[in-house]
Amino acid sequence: MKLLHIATSPHIRDDISTQKIMLLVIGALLPAAVAGTIHFGWRALLLMVFCTAFSMACEGLCRQAMKREQTIADGSAALTGLLLAMNLPVTLPLWQAALGCFIAIVIVKQLFGGLGQNFANPAITARIVLMVSLTPSMTNWILPKTAAGDAFSYDAVSSATPLVSGTASLNDLFWGSTGGCLGETCAAALLFGGLFLVFLGIISPVTPLAFLGTVAAAVLIATGSVHDMVYQLLSGGLLLGAFFMATDYVTTPITAKGKLIFGIGCGLLTFLIRFYGSFPEGVSLAILLMNILTPYIDKLTMPRPFGAVSQKEAK
Amino acid sequence: MRKLKGIRLAHEKRTAEQAFVTLPPPQKVCIPMSMHMGAPCEPVVKLQQQVSVGECIGTSDAFFSADIHASISGKVTAITDFRMANGNYCKAVEITSDGLMTPYEGLAPVSCETAEEFFAAIRKSGAVGLGGAGFPTHVKLNPTHKIDYLIVNAAECEPYITSDDRTMQEKQEEIIASIRRVMQFLHIPECYIGVENNKPQAIKILRECAEQDDSITIVSLPPIYPQGAEKVMIYNITGRIVQEGQLPSEQGVIVINVSTMAFLEEYFRTGMPLVSRSLTIDGDAVNKPCNVTVSVGTSMREVLTYAECRFDDVRRLIGGGPMMGGGLPSFDMPITKTNNAILAFTSDKPVTTTACIRCGRCANVCPLNLMPTAMEQAYRKRDKAGLQALHMGLCMLCGCCSYVCPANRPLVESHRLAKDFLRQK
Repeated sequence: MKLLHIATSPHIRDDISTQKIMLLVIGALLPAAVAGTIHFGWRALLLMVFCTAFSMACEGLCRQAMKREQTIADGSAALTGLLLAMNLPVTLPLWQAALGCFIAIVIVKQLFGGLGQNFANPAITARIVLMVSLTPSMTNWILPKTAAGDAFSYDAVSSATPLVSGTASLNDLFWGSTGGCLGETCAAALLFGGLFLVFLGIISPVTPLAFLGTVAAAVLIATGSVHDMVYQLLSGGLLLGAFFMATDYVTTPITAKGKLIFGIGCGLLTFLIRFYGSFPEGVSLAILLMNILTPYIDKLTMPRPFGAVSQKEAK
Repeated sequence: MRKLKGIRLAHEKRTAEQAFVTLPPPQKVCIPMSMHMGAPCEPVVKLQQQVSVGECIGTSDAFFSADIHASISGKVTAITDFRMANGNYCKAVEITSDGLMTPYEGLAPVSCETAEEFFAAIRKSGAVGLGGAGFPTHVKLNPTHKIDYLIVNAAECEPYITSDDRTMQEKQEEIIASIRRVMQFLHIPECYIGVENNKPQAIKILRECAEQDDSITIVSLPPIYPQGAEKVMIYNITGRIVQEGQLPSEQGVIVINVSTMAFLEEYFRTGMPLVSRSLTIDGDAVNKPCNVTVSVGTSMREVLTYAECRFDDVRRLIGGGPMMGGGLPSFDMPITKTNNAILAFTSDKPVTTTACIRCGRCANVCPLNLMPTAMEQAYRKRDKAGLQALHMGLCMLCGCCSYVCPANRPLVESHRLAKDFLRQK
């Protein structure tokens, strides 16, 4: 007779797992990844596959070198790689993309203890480091080949992102036929993926709603124009950031109240940087700054246990 | 009113239509002297002594304890040190049956005039909470505060278990009579029976039975685990909050399990103390899931054999529900007063644990608003002050946090150890 297995309760568990969550988020990014490939061509696909694979390699080698248990299979490195790639211009040289992956996985994540221990979002931090140190290639925007009139000459035409030019049509912004990072231009695909995650309960709707709502309200107050408001919501990395980066579990607050504060903070900072800062885009900086505040927000919004008597009262 | 948080579980109440079957008395019973919360009993019988059903075989001087009675008639064949499922030892009395089931001669219907007589009678009955925790009933029914509400806990929120449900369907009249008696002796003006709405038949039967009585209300509660946890049920029904370290009676509430209430009435009618109990047998290793009534001390192997258990396939044997029940080391454990179910499962999937990804699911389902991962981390550091600041003592180990954790962190395991750690000096 085989022995009985003795374990403490509970004896049943929900079938959700870390790996499943990561794979679902990757799945939710796929529409935007496909849109990026359609708009920017095969090199977009190459860059995404390269970053995903290289990030996983970094994770694997790093865990090996640190003599820790292997964690490639949990999917978090793949997700970080894909997210980073979607935050890069399609023309970026591969060695620079590799540098980004290294920064994200090794420096931001593994050196702080690996999954769950990093205080800043790896993909966002890597993007910011690349942006600051390799500005020319990180701002080498080209018009997608699907943009009107440029269908065959995309790799020659440089352009500004719609945030700088301010001249793209809302229709192009929605479907993604504008310049920008390869995964951020197609608002339709990002919204679809984001709502998919909200619907499955993987992410809370609070953060994106607070984030987007704050940007919308601030722009409306500052410009008084509904067109400008929609324009701001659809352009740049806002949707990608709001649905996929500001909802990262590890680096954002736990409670709904905390997520609300986090989202509003991100929205306000994004608006301030976009309208008054020297950078054209503020989403990643805003999220990074709020990442740093997260432990304090968590502390502030810690719920009061039910029926708790505070230690002072007890004495 | 706002209800406390929790989780939705698959109910798996496959045995809700299975009426209780009384199993023939066993050849032998092993009755542990510690089946309840509080002080264990000392055996008061000698080897080879002849005992009859309902005769007291173990008692304790401590107030917080409950007497133990012979569940079959026959000879005491051993008084041993018995290893309980939790690894601790207690004394146990083994009785070998004479096949007669002779009732103890001193047993007679109990009549009582005063509250004192009422409490003394309950103390003699050996009654403990039959919902699983085993709180001595006479302690609960002897409150130091004025009681405004009697709450009868019939939530039965754990999956699989239907023994309370069956009790309500089969002994509705005893339950209502028992409620009236307790309300009368304790001067309680109002009673609520809290039932999860996944038991519509029981709700209907009880409503019909209590129709004439305005002081008894049957409350249909949403089936959100852990609806049957004492503090949760008190809040969800009355809105009262039992503070840390308080007993419910300090908030003017007494909560008693519905099967305990039904037992009390039978005891007052016949004088037979708690010597048998009804329980659910289920799990995927059991071919014939059922509800049975057996003598306390019967070997689980006998009960599982009746339910056509495939013993070779069993990998996990659980006493109680899958959320809070304890893992059992052997099929030969005796049925105790607190066993409301035995579940036998074939699967033993190893869980893969990853680092905490701070998803916050645990904190979002905790009915008591605790921070399960923070408590786990504080325990790993053996940080006593940290655990106290997180109100570790409030945790009732309901298991919601471990259930939802995608990283499969050992949350409840740590919490259980942390609670013991805090009790140490």
